[in-house]
Amino acid sequence: MGINKYDFNEKNILKFDSNEHELAIATKNLQVFYGDKHALFDGDLEFERYKITSLIGASGSGKSTYLRSLNRMNDNVARVEGEIQYRGLNVNSKKINVYEMRKHIGMVFQRPNPFSKSIRENITFALKEQGLKNKKKLEEVVESSLKDAALWDEVKDDLKKSAWSLSGGQQQRLCIARTIAMKPDILLLDEPASALDPISTSKIEETLVELKKRYTIIIVTHNMQQASRISDYTAFFHLGHILEYDKTKHIFTTPKVTATNDYISGNFG
Amino acid sequence: MKTKFQNNVAIAVIRVIAVLVVLILAFLLGDILISGVPHISWHFLTAPSQAFTSGGGIGVQLFNSIYLLLLTLIISFPISLGAGIFLSEYAPKNIFTATVRMAIEVLSSLPSVVVGLFGFLLFVVQLDMGFSILSGAIALTFFNLPLLTRNIEESLRAVPDLQREAGLSLGLSKWRTVIKVILPEALPGIITGVVLGAGRVFGEAAALIYTAGQSATNIDFGNWNPFNATSPLNLMRPAETLAVHIWKINSEGVMPDAAAVSAGSSAVLIIAVLIFNFSARVIGNQLYRKLTATK
Ligand SMILES: Nc1ncnc2c1ncn2[C@@H]1O[C@H](COP(=O)(O)OP(=O)(O)O)[C@@H](O)[C@H]1O
Ligand SMILES: [Mg+2]
Repeated sequence: MGINKYDFNEKNILKFDSNEHELAIATKNLQVFYGDKHALFDGDLEFERYKITSLIGASGSGKSTYLRSLNRMNDNVARVEGEIQYRGLNVNSKKINVYEMRKHIGMVFQRPNPFSKSIRENITFALKEQGLKNKKKLEEVVESSLKDAALWDEVKDDLKKSAWSLSGGQQQRLCIARTIAMKPDILLLDEPASALDPISTSKIEETLVELKKRYTIIIVTHNMQQASRISDYTAFFHLGHILEYDKTKHIFTTPKVTATNDYISGNFG
Repeated sequence: MKTKFQNNVAIAVIRVIAVLVVLILAFLLGDILISGVPHISWHFLTAPSQAFTSGGGIGVQLFNSIYLLLLTLIISFPISLGAGIFLSEYAPKNIFTATVRMAIEVLSSLPSVVVGLFGFLLFVVQLDMGFSILSGAIALTFFNLPLLTRNIEESLRAVPDLQREAGLSLGLSKWRTVIKVILPEALPGIITGVVLGAGRVFGEAAALIYTAGQSATNIDFGNWNPFNATSPLNLMRPAETLAVHIWKINSEGVMPDAAAVSAGSSAVLIIAVLIFNFSARVIGNQLYRKLTATK
């Protein structure tokens, strides 16, 4: 059985009724090319506001490619065609100020990547770059975003310490704090817990569930338990195609597409 | 069995070679230091040199070496920094970039005596700058530029791409990310490279013989107006450095204590270069610790 055996036309993609669901962001016919390599075909997904959506699929199926297109992190690496609709704008257009856009659509990466600065500066740095100078205001943001990322109690006495003195899990939560300090709408996370131990992982998961009250969260994960534990919706990627998108509980109990079924039951490829 | 034996033989050979290298180095350093250090005194370090009588010092040469080094760094560091940032962060893969890289490659493999002759023909003769500190500093810049540029480029490249993505994902422009995130993280490597390069520049003679010249004109350490001919800071005066002085004494020195002056100067030079190398490590490590580890 080859990995190509599935029919890419066998699809089940959830669409939202705009009267009942508020959309945060959506893509229309998104295509990504790395040079000649067509890495993502017809990405057509809608993301509901204040929900967690998981992107699952085998390694190399295009999850990161899709996610990184949403805040244009692929701009210099890949050619991205199609539409990304955000607040009535197509943010995949040349006219968009990507730097401004990225403040609204923040991103946390697979490996923790704090700056080589103190814990406090990791949070204040980008705010200062934006011109926020008020010390009191900055301190408030430091505290509130560290609290949101469930890190405050662990670091409040060590804000001067280098971020690299934290454990991997703490570093990752610092990166989450740093991102939400910008007050984004949408949080993109690319396998944020894949380099962490189970305890740190569950802390991150708790944090995300808490955060979805105020943020729309889109998370790539190769961990199916994680997807089923925390997410409301799940999209299944296969070889650059999005074959199924539905409520998480449907995906993991009654998937409609053969490939999804094989993937979640471990009969894949 | 056989592979293991071969492996052991290989390791033994490598060890012997390593020990041999260290021994040769220790012997060289020891020889220079033992014969030179006894001649070093405050008088020797500060007094002007003597051409025909004994008891001369190296004060002017020492000052010239340091001044020339500082000038060289002032000229070459900004250029290298710009070139290094361009090559590491911005350079597209095209003919222009390839040409710049090739030029740096060629420049770094030019023998320093060729750099010196080029400086002589272009600056000293063609542009009529004469044997001068400025000509010397420009020649040394040619000598220092390629290595420094490459060092800066490599230090920047060594910063993981994750850091660039971190900056960009927070809405920073590429330029701000480079300046405020990448450059500070590359700083320990850059400083180490600058100081190591300084050691090389400090000991360089061939590039200076025909540019900064071979004479230590009398300078007046009471006069710091750079436009005055006898001022130490004057850019257009000829300036024999310590390394050139050593070369000159050994080729045509006629003072009675030439051997002693040469030995003392060599020892001073070696000590200075050792200090550069040693402090490059220390500064680099400390900066790195300050930037990364717990404070
Ligand atoms: N920078 C890149 N250049 C070229 N090909 C890439 C690049 N990034 C990813 N790809 C290719 O695109 C496909 C999808 O990769 P990716 O989105 O990283 O998958 P996933 O995140 O699902 O593991 C893979 O075949 C991968 O090799
Ligand atoms: Mg990935």
